[in-house]
Amino acid sequence: MSKLNKVRVAMPCQDPLVRITNYDEVALGYSHADALAEAGRCLQCKKPGCVAGCPVEVPIGRFIGALVADNLEEAHRIIKSTNSLPAICGRVCPQENQCEGKCILNAKGNPVAIGRLERYVADYFLGKPGAAGAGGTVCKPKDPEAKVACIGGGPASITVAGYLAARGVKVTVFEALHEIGGVLVYGIPEFRLPKAAVVQKELANLAACGVEFKTNWVGGKTVSIQNLFRNGYKAVFVGVGAGLPKFFEVPGENLNGVLSANEYLTRLNLGRGYDFPNYDTPAFTGRKVTVYGAGNVAMDAARSALRTGAEKVSIVYRRTKAEMPARKEEMEHAEEEGVVFEELAAPLEFVGDAAGQVKEVKLQVMRLGEPDASGRRSPEPEAGVVRTLETDLAVIALGTQANRVLLEATPELALNKRGYIEVGENNETSIPDVFAGGDIVTGAATVIKAMGAGRVAAKAIAERLGVAEI
Amino acid sequence: MPSKIIAKKELIPGRTSLMLLDAPHIAATAKPGNFVILRVGEKGERFPLTIADLDEKKGTITIVFLVMGKSTAVLNAMREGESVFDLCGPLGKATRIHKIGTVVCVGGGTGVAAMHHIAKGHHLAGNHVVAAIGARSENLLLFRRELEAFCDEVLVATDDGSTGHKGLVTEVVEQRLAADKAVGEVVAVGPVPMMSAVVKTVKPFQVPVTVSLNSMMVDGIGMCGACRVSVGGETKFTCVDGPEFDGYLVNFAELQQRLAALKDKEKLSYDNYCKCGHHE
Repeated sequence: MSKLNKVRVAMPCQDPLVRITNYDEVALGYSHADALAEAGRCLQCKKPGCVAGCPVEVPIGRFIGALVADNLEEAHRIIKSTNSLPAICGRVCPQENQCEGKCILNAKGNPVAIGRLERYVADYFLGKPGAAGAGGTVCKPKDPEAKVACIGGGPASITVAGYLAARGVKVTVFEALHEIGGVLVYGIPEFRLPKAAVVQKELANLAACGVEFKTNWVGGKTVSIQNLFRNGYKAVFVGVGAGLPKFFEVPGENLNGVLSANEYLTRLNLGRGYDFPNYDTPAFTGRKVTVYGAGNVAMDAARSALRTGAEKVSIVYRRTKAEMPARKEEMEHAEEEGVVFEELAAPLEFVGDAAGQVKEVKLQVMRLGEPDASGRRSPEPEAGVVRTLETDLAVIALGTQANRVLLEATPELALNKRGYIEVGENNETSIPDVFAGGDIVTGAATVIKAMGAGRVAAKAIAERLGVAEI
Repeated sequence: MPSKIIAKKELIPGRTSLMLLDAPHIAATAKPGNFVILRVGEKGERFPLTIADLDEKKGTITIVFLVMGKSTAVLNAMREGESVFDLCGPLGKATRIHKIGTVVCVGGGTGVAAMHHIAKGHHLAGNHVVAAIGARSENLLLFRRELEAFCDEVLVATDDGSTGHKGLVTEVVEQRLAADKAVGEVVAVGPVPMMSAVVKTVKPFQVPVTVSLNSMMVDGIGMCGACRVSVGGETKFTCVDGPEFDGYLVNFAELQQRLAALKDKEKLSYDNYCKCGHHE
């Protein structure tokens, strides 16, 4: 390798002023030349840190090596050997904390843009189920009796389905909503993860591989775990997510115009409310929008508000920008688009007008104290210092808790102290042959962690069914 | 998944219809008090309707709806043999039914249909069921004959006196409670002001009141909190904690206010639909 370029190849993006007027994808993806140039920065380490940083252990150096040799099919085959949804992961993984965070080049400059390269390779093969390495060769069930059910249609279940279908197992995915994908569909906005162009194409690959998708089936309501075994399923994977939104429990939180990020985003994304009234689901819109929290969901909500007519959008956070947990790229994009960061502030009360519509929020001013258990400096109130902010739409993105619907219907499923499903080795639950993974085990985490958990469970199920070898 | 409309009956022409939907997987597990979420088309919104009745053997559920916006107008334009685009359920907690003697089940508007299923549950549990139903006029009364088929008493009130007591349904409820101190529970399903009025009426008699709430919903499975309601000062989700709550603890004023949260957009959507000539 010649002289090391310390700077990664920039991701071409829609101009901020243009993109806030549409709902199209912001990051446009590398060109062929961009990809080859960026791949060339990889040092092909003997002991790569990046792979250890990846929850599904993509053989990163090998796929980048194939890319350097301009062998896209081989690169794709290598990625697909451990990651069934690379076009999605390339877009939504927090790479800076995972693969890229462990890249040796961090010591000299930018790490290799692994996520962007993964996306480039995956996008090239999207919608080409017959293409080499696409995993789209029809996988005939080896044994029609060996059926597996996945409850919940998010990333964890999709991973289980992909892994097992590739080994000739008949998999049925039961999804409560009317569209498969979980958070990929109801949570992450179109401008960050296109639905028809990316998510549905990845899912079409699985359907082509024989996975059966059943929508409008609610685990614990329409379908119970006991019934699945009665109907001949040999194993069940539970990936129902952690859907129940948290609120602040401050006065005025039930005013009109104060809502959870889940409601705000579900109306916009699952309901395509950004295209109302062409689509029937009305979305909440505001002139002065405040978003509470500073994770990826908060960034998604803030950026959605800009695209649906807000004049001013503020992220209100009790710590400072340095402690914000969102993916770095999302924060940068939000800031470029004009989102304002209101640091060191926590809501005390939402105040409404006579019709019960929120009009302002009273904020407690905070300061940073000593580091807490997570190592982040904990916020403390500045006694008696309160300010107000005008807002006609307040979106609360504080995180979520375990959704109780399936758990209440399945009392024999052991839970941990936090109310999530307890799993042992191979992510098996207290009920034999019932596995669980994703947010319903860990609490709200990331797409890739859910996929990693699904993969562990899928491996164990495959071994139990005697189909571990592809 | 789509669900075929096995039968359709217009109960009040242009306003309220009953449909029998083919849904064996829902009919097999649904209980009184449960609801379903529907979508009427590929671009449709999700909306809840309480299950009014079911037939496990035939694999059907009954829904009754009032045309109050685009989605219900589209649903009302559908005919027998066509399919509802998406049907999801059974959702919500079932009614708590146990043998307690006499139960007065009050229904108003299309709430009578939802109340019917609950009343039936109480009847099957061996309770003495008194149905009390009200409407503006006789021709707007729903489910009278169906209730008469199994209820021990059916009390009727109309605003114009065209049948039954001339006046409000709360007045017949009050008379019935005054006549018989042994009523164990009152159930009320209907518009928010009516449920709120029933609670006020029953309070002096110190009889428990259960109300079934019609909050706005999106997913219906506890994910969004659109259906938040204050019950005894605590925030509950109607979809997973309800839809039935202790009537004495519900903040009805807040509920009524929250139902109007998107009224401008709902009106726009409905007006656009009507303008396209879909609606007479």
